[in-house]
Amino acid sequence: MCLAVPGRVLEIEERDGTRMATVDFGGVVKEACLEYLPDLQVGEYAIVHVGFALQKLDEESARQTLELFTQLGMLQEEFGDPWEMAAEAGGLPLPGAAEASQEARQ
Amino acid sequence: MKYIDEFQDPELARGLLDEIRSTVTRPWALMEVCGGQTHTIIRHGIDQLLPDQVELIHGPGCPVCVTPLEVIDKALEIASRPEVIFCSFGDMLRVPGTGRDLFRVRSEGGDVRVVYSPLDALKIAQQNPDREVVFFGIGFETTAPPNAMTVYQARRLGIRNFSLLVSHVRVPPAIEAIMRSPNCRVQAFLAAGHVCSVMGLGEYPELAERFGVPIVVTGFEPLDILEGVRRTVVQLERGEHSVDNAYPRAVRPEGNPAALAMLEDVFEVTDRAWRGIGVIPGSGWRLAPRYRDYDAEYRFQVSGIDTREPAQCRSGEVLQGLLKPHECEAFGTVCTPRTPLGATMVSSEGACAAYYLYRRLDMNKTAPLEASPVG
Ligand code: SF4
Repeated sequence: MCLAVPGRVLEIEERDGTRMATVDFGGVVKEACLEYLPDLQVGEYAIVHVGFALQKLDEESARQTLELFTQLGMLQEEFGDPWEMAAEAGGLPLPGAAEASQEARQ
Repeated sequence: MKYIDEFQDPELARGLLDEIRSTVTRPWALMEVCGGQTHTIIRHGIDQLLPDQVELIHGPGCPVCVTPLEVIDKALEIASRPEVIFCSFGDMLRVPGTGRDLFRVRSEGGDVRVVYSPLDALKIAQQNPDREVVFFGIGFETTAPPNAMTVYQARRLGIRNFSLLVSHVRVPPAIEAIMRSPNCRVQAFLAAGHVCSVMGLGEYPELAERFGVPIVVTGFEPLDILEGVRRTVVQLERGEHSVDNAYPRAVRPEGNPAALAMLEDVFEVTDRAWRGIGVIPGSGWRLAPRYRDYDAEYRFQVSGIDTREPAQCRSGEVLQGLLKPHECEAFGTVCTPRTPLGATMVSSEGACAAYYLYRRLDMNKTAPLEASPVG
C-alpha cells in the first residue's frame, strides 16, 4: 500500500474544481489527482500513490522503475482485483464475487 | 553469486557490493524503516549478498501491520452496520481482528468495498446519498495527504455522508522510540524514500544529531537499497552521522509543500498506539477539531469491543527488529498467509509475509533476541 508507481500524464482536466489527470502506468490507465503537483503537464511523469501524484520524476527513472515492477509482477499486485488476490491468499471463496470485481475495474 | 543476476543492472550491483565489502571493517546494524524495502531485501536476497558484518534489521514501516487491533475491530463493527458502505484499500481485507476480518464481514453481508484511491470512496458517497460511507484511513506520511485531501474535498463539496476512520502514523517518532529502547542495536537508518517525497528531510537532521545515527533516505528498488547501505556504511566507518539523500530522483529536501500544507490543515498530531508495540507519543495524526464531523469514531460511537491479541503472535518484536520472522514459533506452522495470526503475515509489506514468500526453504533458526516494548 505504501508503494507508489510512476506514471505518465495523458490528459488533464478540471473536475468539481479539482485538477485531475488520466495517467498511464505501463499500460494500466487510471485517474490521479494533481492537487499536490499543480504544475505537472501532459507528457510528464510523476510517482503516484493511491490516486495522487506526489512528486515529479524524470522519464528515464520512471521507465526503469516501471520495467522493474512489470518484471516482478508488482503492477499486477497494485492494480489487480484485490478480492481475488485476498481470496487466493486465504484459500477462500470469493464473497459477492460479481460486484467485487466490477468495483475493482472502475 | 546467488541472486545477483536478477538485479536490473547486475554489474552496477556487483560494483556497489564490492565497494561495501572494501569499506566495512567491523559489524554494523542498520534498520530499513519501510516494509517495501524489507520485501525488496528478502526477495532479492540482499541481506545474504552483503558482507557478514552488515546486518539489516527490519523496521516497523508497514502501515497495515502497525494498525492497532482495536482499530481493526472498530472497523469490523462499523463495516457490519446495514447503513454503512465501508471502503478500504485492498491490503486490509484479510488483516485479522479479534476473530474475523473484513473479508468475513463481506461474506456475512456487510457492504465492504475496495477502492484504489480515497477519492473513489468520496465518489461512492456522492452516488449513495442515503447511505453512510466510511473510509479506512490508515498509512504513513505517504498515504495521509491523499486522505487529508479527500476530507477537505468532502467538506468543500458539502458531502455529509462521508467519514474517515483514521489511524495514521508518522515515522520520525517511531525512529525516536526505537533509539530509546533499552535493547536497541540499531546504528543507522535507511529512511523510507516515499515518506520523504512528501515530508522532505524536515525532522531527520535533529534525530541524526541527537542519537548520533546516520540517516540515509533510500528508495525501495534493489539498487537503491545497495546504494543506501553503501552510503550508510561509509558514514559509520568514518564516525559520521548526517542525513543523506540517496533517492534524489523522488525526494526533494523540502518535500511536497502543497501536501504538507493540507496535512497541517486537516490533521493534528496525536499519541498513537502501534499494534504489538504500544503507544508512541506524537506518532500519529487524527482529524483536527474543525473536521470532527468527518471522524468516523465520533459519528459511530463504537463501544464494548473485546479486543484480544493472539498470545502466540510476536509481531511486535518483529516490527521492532528484535526478532526475525522465522524465529517466531508459529511461523510457517500455525501461522501462514492462509491462516495468519498477525498482520505481518498478511500485508504486502509485512516482514513475516516476506520471509514466508521468498525465504521459506533456506532458513536457519538463530537464537531469538531478548525483547521489550519500545517507548
Ligand atoms: S509468524 Fe505469524 S504469529 Fe509469528 S510474528 Fe509473524 S504474524 Fe505473528
